[in-house]
Amino acid sequence: MELTDATATELLGKLASRACSAVELTRSFLDRIARTDSSVGAFLSIDERGALASAAAIDRRRAAGGPLGPLAGIPVAVKDVFCGRGVRSTCGSRMLADFHPPYDATLVARLRAADAILIGRTNMDEFAMGSSTENSAFHPTRNPWDIGRVPGGSSGGSAACLAARQAPLAIGTDTGGSIRQPAAFCGVIGLKPTYGRVSRHGLVAFASSLDQAGPMARTAEDTALLLGVIAGHDPSDSTSARVPVSGYRQALGEPLNGLRLGVVRGQWTEGVERAVASAIERAADLFRELGAELVDVDLPHHAYGIAAYYVIAPCEASSNLARYDGIHVGYRAAAAPRRGPGAAEDDPGAAGDADDSPLIDLYRRSRTEGFGLEVKRRVMLGTFALSAGYQDRYYVKALRVRRLIREDYDAAFQRVDLLIGPTTPTTAYRIGERSADPLAMYLGDLFTVGANLAGLPAISVPCGADGAGLPIGFQLHAPPFQEESLLRAAHQYQSATDWHSRGPELE
Amino acid sequence: MQLNVEAVAQVARLARLRLESGELVRLTADLARILTYVEQLDRLDLAGVEPLAHVADYVNVFDEDVPRESLPRDEALANAPHHDDACFRVPAVL
Repeated sequence: MELTDATATELLGKLASRACSAVELTRSFLDRIARTDSSVGAFLSIDERGALASAAAIDRRRAAGGPLGPLAGIPVAVKDVFCGRGVRSTCGSRMLADFHPPYDATLVARLRAADAILIGRTNMDEFAMGSSTENSAFHPTRNPWDIGRVPGGSSGGSAACLAARQAPLAIGTDTGGSIRQPAAFCGVIGLKPTYGRVSRHGLVAFASSLDQAGPMARTAEDTALLLGVIAGHDPSDSTSARVPVSGYRQALGEPLNGLRLGVVRGQWTEGVERAVASAIERAADLFRELGAELVDVDLPHHAYGIAAYYVIAPCEASSNLARYDGIHVGYRAAAAPRRGPGAAEDDPGAAGDADDSPLIDLYRRSRTEGFGLEVKRRVMLGTFALSAGYQDRYYVKALRVRRLIREDYDAAFQRVDLLIGPTTPTTAYRIGERSADPLAMYLGDLFTVGANLAGLPAISVPCGADGAGLPIGFQLHAPPFQEESLLRAAHQYQSATDWHSRGPELE
Repeated sequence: MQLNVEAVAQVARLARLRLESGELVRLTADLARILTYVEQLDRLDLAGVEPLAHVADYVNVFDEDVPRESLPRDEALANAPHHDDACFRVPAVL
């Protein structure tokens, strides 16, 4: 077996038994990236020199009997949305194409402290706004299972690099499904933790009440390993939870006898591809064989999730992205001659622009040139929904619906321990298929936005393939801070199935 | 939701964007369609339902009042597209 086919847990065993060195292992993944990434495009930057230097240092420390962190020698790919000291951190945007943050995000610092090898930065939809990674300002990422299709998004680079065996572990972020949906499309695991479980300090903000970073891997065991490293309270993030971190790996082996698994069947009857619906039915049946009790539950306001989400998230985005002004950080438009009066006559978008002061003019041109179309669309949507006369009708109304959605989950979790359903209504679609139709793209997030609106943990686990061989994932939701239950159920499922050990042919 | 390009051009001004006319027409249509979809929320009876802006139930999270080093000025300025030794540079505003 190639080193790149092994899980992180297996690789830790090989390193501990000296079956391979961290340098050899890192070199294997770098070689795999070199051979495959011209077709996949999962990475925005690869730190070959830094990765090999860290690996060599870990090998020396191991030889000297020094202390080693829990990820010592294991490559981790990080979505390009986290600040890394001196590391180009672009957010997939022209705006931040040359941004070299002066500090490490807490998550990055935790990975370093765990002795992980930070092998490179993965591609993403610009500012994490998108579901296909087509909105990257640099290049699209392709699905390793079919390079004519999208990997999902916005953490598409992280999901694709795992499927392509370019890294054994990856970090994503999830505001409305951006970890779980690409995990489903690429046949890997993606876990969105409870809001507040993983620090957001140094994570470039999209929608602050929804954003959450989380682990991605091919097995539940590896996902648990990585979550254990990144989870925990951080005084630098005031929304970070003061809740103790569980020993996520310890509980994996416990059987599922007596688990009450809620099935929201009403959710996957309409608009869900047949292959997806039947894969979820089979997964639910397998859970019953593993000892779970299936209970039908209803989430009455589920269908309103997309409408609420696509008000709340853009509102928060329009506020967060106001910081990009062409002055403090990031892209700045070149000085341009002022438009003379009359230039606006044929152009309604320019009406009144002659009144802009030089400073306002600079803001507007820098933002217009620095942001891509989807970011502009969401900033516009949010600005509109927060503007005078519309705030109650859109933003505040969406927040009321958010409460109903949260209460639906609270009621369901009175009766069951976990919920099961599809992660996505379809398998991966073709590149370009939805890029001209934003609403069609948004509707693909139907099953994932609920966990963000309600702040709950949720996981996507590979559970099948459609007729074309494209991966399908089921999703589990749990009550707040019950990541351990998600991982245990996922591990028990993977112990009885082999979907997670399948991979695409790339070479 | 009916929207015209003039209204959307005003939103662009508030958002500190300047859309050229093709983009403005396109975003006017996109926004109208998305907002029409969002209006399904009007079907719900929301009387007495409090807005939920944030799921975290903790408030007033305070740090210990201990001085710490802040970012050195040169590092704070390093990512600015235009700066001198001490300041961010902006177009003349007076």
